[in-house]
Amino acid sequence: MAYSDKVRTLYQDQLKAIQDAGIFKMERYIHSPQAADIDVEFPAGSSLKRVINMCANNYLGLSSHPDVIKAAHEGLDSRGYGMSSVRFICGTQDIHHELEDRLTRFLGTEATILFPSCMDANAGVFEAVLTKDDVMISDRLVHASLIDGIRLCSAMHDTFKHSDMAHLESKLQLHADKRLKMVITDGVFSMDGDTAKLDEMVALCEKYEALLLVDDSHSSGFIGKTGRGTHEKCGVMGKIDIITTTFGKALGGASGGCVSGRRELVEMCRQRARPYLFSNTIAPVVVAGVLKVLDILSLTTERRDKLETNAAYWRKGLTEAGFVLREGDTPIVPVMLFNAKLSQDFSRALYDEGVYAIGFFFPVVPQGQARIRTQISAAHEIHHLDKALGAFTKVGKKFNILGKTKQEIIDMYGM
Amino acid sequence: MEDLKDVVLKYVSEEYLEEGSDPITYDTPLISGGIVDSFSMVSLKRFLENRYKISIPDGDATPEAFDSVNKIVALVKRFVK
Repeated sequence: MAYSDKVRTLYQDQLKAIQDAGIFKMERYIHSPQAADIDVEFPAGSSLKRVINMCANNYLGLSSHPDVIKAAHEGLDSRGYGMSSVRFICGTQDIHHELEDRLTRFLGTEATILFPSCMDANAGVFEAVLTKDDVMISDRLVHASLIDGIRLCSAMHDTFKHSDMAHLESKLQLHADKRLKMVITDGVFSMDGDTAKLDEMVALCEKYEALLLVDDSHSSGFIGKTGRGTHEKCGVMGKIDIITTTFGKALGGASGGCVSGRRELVEMCRQRARPYLFSNTIAPVVVAGVLKVLDILSLTTERRDKLETNAAYWRKGLTEAGFVLREGDTPIVPVMLFNAKLSQDFSRALYDEGVYAIGFFFPVVPQGQARIRTQISAAHEIHHLDKALGAFTKVGKKFNILGKTKQEIIDMYGM
Repeated sequence: MEDLKDVVLKYVSEEYLEEGSDPITYDTPLISGGIVDSFSMVSLKRFLENRYKISIPDGDATPEAFDSVNKIVALVKRFVK
C-alpha cells in the first residue's frame, strides 16, 4: 500500500502544524436554508442555535426566495438533473444559451460564456486569451482565484499597489513593448469592501491600449443604480473588456459563474478555456434559478435599494458605537481588530450573543489586519441589524475596544 | 556603478514596502523574507534591464539571485558591459 504509516504521519504532522498555528478551519453546520436567521450546530454535536447571519454573500436575499425555488423546481422537472457531458459534446441546453444571452444584456457586454464557477472562469480566461508575448498587471489585493488563473497563464505577470493609479500607469509604461497588456482588478474587493476606480482605469487602459478585466463577484446584482455592477457605478458600462462574475453570491447564491465581455475574447474562452472544455457546466436546476433571479432584478431595484439602506444603517451604527471600520460604501463592512486571536475570540463571543460573523486573519488578510468581516443583506430587517449592533456593542465593551483607535487596540492586544 | 546599490534599495523600498514598514538594508532578505513575492520580481527585473540597458536571462533571474539588494547588485554587475 502506497499510503504507508510514514506518509500518513507526514500529513498528520502538517495538519497538527496548522492546528498549532491556530488557523485550522472548522465548518459550522447550518440546518436551515440560507437566510438572515439560520439554525447552526456549532461546535459539531451541540444543539441547534438560531443566530443572525452577518457573513453570507446573500446580498440580495435571493438564496431562498420562493420564486427562485419554484423556478428551480420547474427547471428540474422540465430539463432534468444533470447533463452528464461537457458543453461542446452534448452538455448544452437551450436554457444555457438563454442564460448567456440574458447575462450579456444584464451586464451590458457583447457576449457571455458560462463556467461551473467564477473560480473556474478566472482559472480559464487568461490562458485562453493571452500568450507569453503579453503581460498581466494586477492589483495587489485581487482575489485568490484571479491569482490562480494568472499562475496558469504563460504571459508575464506584474502587480500594482492597491488602487494606486499612478503606480498602475508606471507599470503600463514599463511594459509598453508587450504585444498585449491586460489590467486585472476586483470590482469590489472582498476583504475590504472598497470599490475599484474603474473610471480612471478605463482611461488609463485607453491611453496605453490595454485590456481591462474586472472580477465583479462582490458587485453583480447590487452595485450601481440598477445593480449591473461596478462598471455601472463608475459610469463605464460597455467599456470593460472582460467581466468575470459569480452566481454564488447575490445572484441566487447557488453556484456557477461566467466570463462576459468582448465577443472575440468570449469566443476564445469557448475554444480554449480548460475549465469550460473539460468540466460539466452549471446544472439545469441552477440555470433555471439564475434566470428567475435576472427576471426579479429586471423588474425592480427594490432589493438593491434596501441593501444600500441597510448597509448605510449598519455602518452608521457601528461607527457611532465606536468601532474602527474600513472606509467604504458597499455591503461589506469590515470591523478592524488587527490581532488574529482577538478576531477569533470576538467572533466566538458574538456567537454566544446570537450573531454569526467570522474573524479573518493572515494569510487571508495582511499580517496585523485581522478583522470581523460583516456582510449586509436585503434579507436583513432593521430588527436584525439592531440586535446585531447590540451584540457587537456588548462584545466590544467586553474587550474594551469601543472608541479606541487602531494604535490603542494594537497596544492592548498586539498585532 | 557607485550608486547602483542605492538605486536598487530606493526602487525596492518604494515598490514593495508597505506604509509604516521597517526600512530595509542592503542585506535584508527580500524574497525569503516575504517582502517581494516571486510575481513582483518581474517589475524589478524589467526596471533593471531598462535602466542599465542589459538583458538578464530568465535562468539567472532566480529568487535566490534577487533575495537582497547586494545580491541584485552582484547580478546586475555580471551583465553590465
